Amino acid sequence: MSMPYYVSPEQLMKDRADYARKGISRGRSVVVVQYADGVLFVSENPSQALHKVSEIYDRIAFAAVGRYNEFENLRIAGVRLADMRGYAYDRRDVTGRGLANAYAQTLGTIFSSGGEKPYEVEIFVAEIGDAAADDQVYRLTYDGQVADEHDWAVMGGENDVVAAYLSEHYVAGSDLPTALRLAAGALGHGQDSDRVIPASDLEVAVLDRTRSQQRKFARVLGGRLAELLGPRETPSTEAPEPATTGTTGTAGTAGTTGPTEPPVSPVSPVSPGSDEPPIAPPP
Amino acid sequence: MSGVDPRLPASYLQLGTSSFSDFLAAEAPGLLPQSRRLDQPVRSEGRSAGDLAPHATTIVAATFDGGVVMAGDRRATMGNVIAQRDIEKVFPADEFSCVGIAGTAGLAVEMVRLFQTELEHYEKIEGTTLSTDGKANRLAALIRNNLGMAMQGLAVVPLFAGYDVRADHGRIFSYDVTGGRYEETAFHSVGSGSLFARGALKKLYREGLDREGCVEVLVQALYDAADDDSATGGPDLTRRIFPVVHVITAEGGGRMADADVAAVADRVVGGRMRRPDGPLADLEGGAQA
Repeated sequence: MSMPYYVSPEQLMKDRADYARKGISRGRSVVVVQYADGVLFVSENPSQALHKVSEIYDRIAFAAVGRYNEFENLRIAGVRLADMRGYAYDRRDVTGRGLANAYAQTLGTIFSSGGEKPYEVEIFVAEIGDAAADDQVYRLTYDGQVADEHDWAVMGGENDVVAAYLSEHYVAGSDLPTALRLAAGALGHGQDSDRVIPASDLEVAVLDRTRSQQRKFARVLGGRLAELLGPRETPSTEAPEPATTGTTGTAGTAGTTGPTEPPVSPVSPVSPGSDEPPIAPPP
Repeated sequence: MSGVDPRLPASYLQLGTSSFSDFLAAEAPGLLPQSRRLDQPVRSEGRSAGDLAPHATTIVAATFDGGVVMAGDRRATMGNVIAQRDIEKVFPADEFSCVGIAGTAGLAVEMVRLFQTELEHYEKIEGTTLSTDGKANRLAALIRNNLGMAMQGLAVVPLFAGYDVRADHGRIFSYDVTGGRYEETAFHSVGSGSLFARGALKKLYREGLDREGCVEVLVQALYDAADDDSATGGPDLTRRIFPVVHVITAEGGGRMADADVAAVADRVVGGRMRRPDGPLADLEGGAQA
């Protein structure tokens, strides 16, 4: 007589979470930084065709790490949802919160349903308002949790190392070149040594409220990118101000609290937006 | 979203189509303009459907060296009544194209909104813009879907203009109610005043026009259309309502500022004070007035 094979629900969820986390940490990081005129996205991505950062709607953008085919599906779904809503109602009725909620429900349902493999993705949904105070960045994890991010956030890859650099050097209300140099420096920051990521390997995009067009999303490419980055022989060490800029963003800094084993679990324990978390036990 | 499953519908997450109107047809067909079918011809006190809804009238467009300009008057009519004095009939379709509408205003505006979303949707999903021909063909498909309504008297006949970044010049496309798509050279006009506008364009348009010249030619043509067509509105000097002018070049497109259009319109009206029939075209024989 064979023993019945029993796995406790806790163990089952933990295994699924470990599986998703492992997939996410395999790639490279994506950094999002709030600056004076909007929100900046930077990732190390040598591919010119396969984007990690994309436009969803007028004031909403999307960034993801993990499995390309999975987050590409989510991106397309987001574009469809936003365009459908904007067409049925009005362009102003498309909100980042609604989109983040749809993603959270989708990811959460897939994670907790036994029959499907959990998505190995982590997502930022950013929306800009009329002023910097109205800007929103949401982090969505593979299990459908939503967290509000402030000032800066990082996901994927060695995100605790990158987060440490960002928390040390971030200055609130900086201009675009400063924010871009900060983000590029953070991505090049390593445990032992820093490196300079060539401009051609950076994927950079902004939600820029100063754009005259209705659609505020723009990619920063080629000449403009090089110009904004400026000369960069050594990894940027400007931004002399060390941290303590009154950041309220506990969510993004969770990665700095210590080298816990999984590289990606900065799910904030105090995230204000997690009022509808699906079954998701962060270890 | 069905019952217990709160996630995004499976059709949203599938690879599927890059066309927004195709997606709409599958997911929410009620939102498509053509879903509103009339079972029988609408007649009320002997009037047809066309008389019951506001109609937009004259649109003109012309190319110049380095771009294309489209202009539309501001009047909408309902039978013999002026329904609106300041309607806008020229809309940006995307950064490098615009569309002007003639025909049933309500349907046309909705079709433009669908067309705008269609182009933006494709651009976001594919990461690249449609070619100018591709855009013109998509618009043709939208018009063809409206054929049933057109047969009931609710026709929509747009004019499409865009700057072709690959060919490096401005292009103009006209349509018929069956979705036929015809590329025009140099200039074209649609709508009730189009016959008069086209006559004026024939005499005023010339090769090598610059941007300002092209705008003036179009405003002159709209003046001539309004002169002879009761459904087309001329420059409204008392209310300061002037045509909508959309200019597209290699740098992108945009609506000309009202103050700039007003200056052109004032100049045109000033000229008509001296000569009501407008500028004099030269004769081959060199005859002088």
